[in-house]
Amino acid sequence: MVENRPLANALSHLVLVLGVLLVAFPVYITFIASTQTAEQIVQNVPMSLLPGDNTLQSYKLALLGGQTEYGSKIPPVAPMMMVSMITALTIALGKIAISLLSAFAVVYFRFPGRTLVFWMIFVTLMLPVEVRILPTYKVVSDLGLLNSYAGLTVPLIASATATFLFRQFFLTVPDELVEAARIDGASPMRFFWDVLLPLSRTSIAALFVIQFIYGWNQYLWPLLITTDESMTPVVLGIKKMISGGDAATEWNAVMATAILAMIPPALVVMLMQKWFVKGLVDTEK
Amino acid sequence: MGAIALRNVEKTYGFGPKAVKVIHGVNAQIPDGEFIVIVGPSGCGKSTLLRMVAGLEEITAGEIDIGGRVVNQLEPSERDIAMVFQNYALYPHMTVYDNMAYGLKIAKVPKAEIEVRVQKAAKILELGGLLERTPRQLSGGQRQRVAMGRAIVRQPQVFLFDEPLSNLDAKLRAQTRLEIQKLHAELGVTSLFVTHDQVEAMTLAQRMIVMNGGRIEQIGTPEQVYGKPESIFVAGFIGSPPMNLLKGQADGSRFTIGGQTLHLPAPAPRAGELLLGVRPEHAELSSSGWPMQVDMLEMLGAERLVYGRLGDSAFTLRIEAVLTPPRHGDTVYLHVDAQQMHWYDPATGRRV
Repeated sequence: MVENRPLANALSHLVLVLGVLLVAFPVYITFIASTQTAEQIVQNVPMSLLPGDNTLQSYKLALLGGQTEYGSKIPPVAPMMMVSMITALTIALGKIAISLLSAFAVVYFRFPGRTLVFWMIFVTLMLPVEVRILPTYKVVSDLGLLNSYAGLTVPLIASATATFLFRQFFLTVPDELVEAARIDGASPMRFFWDVLLPLSRTSIAALFVIQFIYGWNQYLWPLLITTDESMTPVVLGIKKMISGGDAATEWNAVMATAILAMIPPALVVMLMQKWFVKGLVDTEK
Repeated sequence: MGAIALRNVEKTYGFGPKAVKVIHGVNAQIPDGEFIVIVGPSGCGKSTLLRMVAGLEEITAGEIDIGGRVVNQLEPSERDIAMVFQNYALYPHMTVYDNMAYGLKIAKVPKAEIEVRVQKAAKILELGGLLERTPRQLSGGQRQRVAMGRAIVRQPQVFLFDEPLSNLDAKLRAQTRLEIQKLHAELGVTSLFVTHDQVEAMTLAQRMIVMNGGRIEQIGTPEQVYGKPESIFVAGFIGSPPMNLLKGQADGSRFTIGGQTLHLPAPAPRAGELLLGVRPEHAELSSSGWPMQVDMLEMLGAERLVYGRLGDSAFTLRIEAVLTPPRHGDTVYLHVDAQQMHWYDPATGRRV
């Protein structure tokens, strides 16, 4: 808008600031809590909104785990972060690889049942993970994949959304490009590598961001199939730290873990922001 | 070397009752080094024919022979051809250099050789300073030249052009036309050029193929096609404004159209119903002759078009602008030379 109206300006800023506060305040609380000691959090009611002096100890306790003075045992978060990282990366990259290839097949090859295959992929879009979670669990457990990276990632890799997205993108690539590549003597896979893949860069980046976060934030599925502590992703770790019953919850460690769990997805979004927006907005042709 | 032979080439889309035949048995011989233009209205099958030569469309029946080799079963890359597309089809993410070098890289041509060929093509096409740019940083004319460069570096037996000028503006088109002509004179490679623009066809072609409805209407030099159109279609398609076609009864030196009898300078080839064709530029104003009722005038600069009626048929006349023009409602008299009359059989559409 080009008009200059101070009142409208002030009002829109007010709304924006309120929005930011609403979203940012819980994160701030989490951060403040992670800088205080467990006693400070529990005893001061309401909790102090100023940073405490226990930052290093809280994060050290969370990352490396250990015994607290009240005797509750805190599991180390560092290995959980590793599990989450490996899972999220495998899911994101696996999804991208599989969907690129299946979209390539659906768009560029004529084979019997092509439309049927596409529609079958498309229909699975309508099924959320939760609907098929029990049969999937049965299959994974029969295959002996409980408490393994394969069990954590493989069932989540197949993705109708990504396939659909790439299909739509491939359909916008002009046919003449394929024909020019054929005249240049490029085999289908060569065309895929040399032409299609570079053209899809921005879509791939956008999808990577979305899928990394999707993989990182998985909760229900890891909850079902991991019992071993060494295979616990960090999101699940937070829940496990909040002990019920008699044991005291070390809130500073919980909050530190929450902050730690937030960092990688936030980093991915920030570092890939330029690509991400480009991938969603323009198509490079 | 790069001679092309089309033998009874047919193309059908679909199967069974839904099959649509778009090319009906085309035959043509194109000697090595010739520049051939295929021209026709949209949907006449000219692009399909070109794509069949390129190997982008399957050949339903018949044979295509390039350089003495039947290529029906060969992949496009094995046919020793290069193609320039209407929208250029440059790889958007590659530099101009890589666009031109891509085919050679796949063919595993040594790097040094690629460098030499690309530089040479760039020099011919004056692309020297643009080799590191990507296509999006180029103007339409420059993209067009890159597309031609990509064809040149392959050193093929045959160049195929699929309406390469239709995305350019009028001025650039005329300029590029000359460049293509120069290029052909320099390289001497057999070229097949598809267009719907008769000016392009007339100016570029050594010989042209006029197509209509999936059939060849006429093959010949531009002079032959213009001077002696073999069918009503060609007569109406080549030349602007098109040839006047008068339907009437011929009887010796008399030709009757809608109650009006014209005296012919030479007798008609046969008696009975015939179509008489006269180009607008071949009828002259005269003090006596065929009477034409003037309806409308158009000024074109050097020339003037006079629209009118001869008997019950429309007739267009092209006169020099310096002549005093007739006025609306006047009756003028036309003189036509015996050599400038074309006769067609209305039943078959062929020349009599």
